[in-house]
Amino acid sequence: MSVTQSDSAAISGKLEGWNRPAAIEPKNEGELLEVAMGPHHPSTHGVFRMDVALDGERVIRLRPVFGYLHRNHEKIAEGQSYLASMPYTDRLDYICPITNNWAYALAVEKLTGQEVPERAEYLRVILGELTRFQNHASSIGFLIQEMGATGTPLMYAFREREKILDLFEELTGARMMVNYMRFGGCRVDASAAWLDRTRKVVSGLAGFVDEFDLLLSTNEILMARTQGVGVLRPELAVNAGVTGPMLRASGVNYDIRKVDGYGIYNRFNFRVPLGDHGDVYDRYMIRMLEMRESIVILEQALKDIQPGPVMDPKARIRGLRPKPGEAYGRIEAPKGELGFYLISDGGPNPYRYRVRPPSLINLTVLEDMCLGVNVADVVLIFGSVDIVLGEVDR
Amino acid sequence: MNTVEEIKSAIEAAVPDAVVEIAPNPNPSLQHSLRIAPECALAVAKFLRDDEELKLDYLSNVTGVDWPESLEAVYHLYSVEKKHGPVIIRMHTVNRTDQVELPSLTPIWRSAEFQEREIFDLYGIVFTGHPDLRRLLMWEGFKDHPMRRDYVEPDDFEYEPTPHDEVLKRAQAHQAVVAGEQESEGGA
Repeated sequence: MSVTQSDSAAISGKLEGWNRPAAIEPKNEGELLEVAMGPHHPSTHGVFRMDVALDGERVIRLRPVFGYLHRNHEKIAEGQSYLASMPYTDRLDYICPITNNWAYALAVEKLTGQEVPERAEYLRVILGELTRFQNHASSIGFLIQEMGATGTPLMYAFREREKILDLFEELTGARMMVNYMRFGGCRVDASAAWLDRTRKVVSGLAGFVDEFDLLLSTNEILMARTQGVGVLRPELAVNAGVTGPMLRASGVNYDIRKVDGYGIYNRFNFRVPLGDHGDVYDRYMIRMLEMRESIVILEQALKDIQPGPVMDPKARIRGLRPKPGEAYGRIEAPKGELGFYLISDGGPNPYRYRVRPPSLINLTVLEDMCLGVNVADVVLIFGSVDIVLGEVDR
Repeated sequence: MNTVEEIKSAIEAAVPDAVVEIAPNPNPSLQHSLRIAPECALAVAKFLRDDEELKLDYLSNVTGVDWPESLEAVYHLYSVEKKHGPVIIRMHTVNRTDQVELPSLTPIWRSAEFQEREIFDLYGIVFTGHPDLRRLLMWEGFKDHPMRRDYVEPDDFEYEPTPHDEVLKRAQAHQAVVAGEQESEGGA
C-alpha cells in the first residue's frame, strides 16, 4: 500500500479545520521531479494535464490544467435560440448525451412553466437509466484498463454499450449525438417494437452485471490496487461540491433523483447505494450497485409505460421567448449533478446560459486525494472520478 | 424550506450590519434570490452554511453574469443534510471597468474554487481572498475576458479560397490591417 499509516494520519491532521489541501513536506533526499502528465497521456481520457511534483514516487503537489478543449459553449449558446442549443448539449458529456438533453430541457421547462406528458416522462426515465448503465459500465471498464487489465473488461462493457447505443440509434437516429428531447416532451415517440427490443436488452443486463461482478469485484489485484487509495472524507466531499457516485461512495446520502424527485422518479422503488470508506474501490462498487438499481428502475418503467402523446400540444418550441426571469434546473446525471442556469430577458436567445459541469467540480478534490500517494495511483484516482473533457472544458 | 423573506430576516437577525435585498423572479420557476452587499458577504455566507435550521452546506453552482452596468456573481446553495434548496444569493460589482472586486466565498465552500477562477477568467471579476486566482480555461497571458458581451474577437484570419458573407468581411478587415502594418513598416 502506498500511503503508510503515519503518512495518512499526518495528512488528515493537516486537513482539519481548513478546506485546502495539506502541504506535504518533501523528505529532502533529492531533487523534486516535476512531471507534466498529459495532455496526451493515455490515462487522461482526453486532453487534460496534471502538473505533478514528485519526491521519488510520492506526489507532493498536483495542479490540474484545463482548457485544451474549451470552445466557449456558453457564449455560443447565448448567440442562438433556445432550441438551437439542444443538439449542442449532446457534445458536453458525449458519453451521456441523453442526460444532457434532459437537464437542459428541464431548465427551460422551469423557465417557461411547461408541462411534460406522462409518456414522455417515462421515455426520459428509460433513456436516462440506459445512459447511466452504459456510462457506469464503460467507466469501470476504463478504470480496470488503467490498472493494466487491457481490453477484456472494457470490451465486455462495450459489448453491452453497443446494444444500448443500437436502441438509441433506432429511436433517435444517432448513436451518440441524439438531440432527442424538446421543451415539453420528446421529439419522436417510441414504437411498440422498440419497447419490446428494449425489454429484451434490459432482461440481459442483469446477467452482464453478475458476470462483471464475478470477474472483478473480488479480484485480488483490483482490491490491492484500489482499497484504501484516494480516500475522500465526506465533509470535504460536501464542502467541495462533489456529486454523483463519488459523493455517495464517501457515504453521503444525496441522490437528486430522490431529493428533487424531478420527472416521475417519485414513482419508482429503488435504493441509493452508499460507500463506507470513500476510496477508489468504493467508487467502483457504487457504480456496480447503481447499475443494478438502474435495471430495477428500467423494469418498472418498461412495465408501467402507457400509450399517449410525447409532446405537450401547447408547447412552443420554435421561436420560444420566455418571460424575463431565471431558472436553475438540475438532474442526477451519471457523473453527478448536471445543472443548467438560464436568464431570460424576454428575447429569443438566453441572456445567460450556464452549464454546471459535474466533471469539472468533481476534480476540485483531485489534489487532496492524490497527495502522498505513488504516481501510479494518481492514474487510478483520476480514473475513479469519471470525467469527460467535453464537459470539463466546455 | 423557508421562504426568501424568512431567510432574509434570519440573516438580518444574525449578522447585524448585513445589507440584504430580495430580488424577485416573476418567472414560473419562482426561484427568488437574495442580493447581498459584498462587504458583508463572507459573514452572511458563513451564517448560511452553519445555521442549524438552514445548513446550506453545499454550494452547487457559481455563475458570472455581465449586466450593462455591473458584473454579477450568482451562487446556488443547497443543503445536503436537510435536503432543501436552492437558496440563491447574488453580488454585484460597482462597475464593469475598474471596480470589479468581489469577496471570494472559496474559504466557506471549496466548490467555488474552480468556478470563481472560471468567472475571473471569462468575466474578469477579481475575487479577493481566493487562494489561487488564475485563469482556468484560457491560457496564461491571454488579455481579454471572452464571456463579456462587448468582447471583440481577435483578428483570426484564415485563408479561404472563396470567402463570402461574414468570412469575406473578416478577410477584408484582416487584409486592411495587414496593409496598414506594411505601410507603417515601409515608412519607418
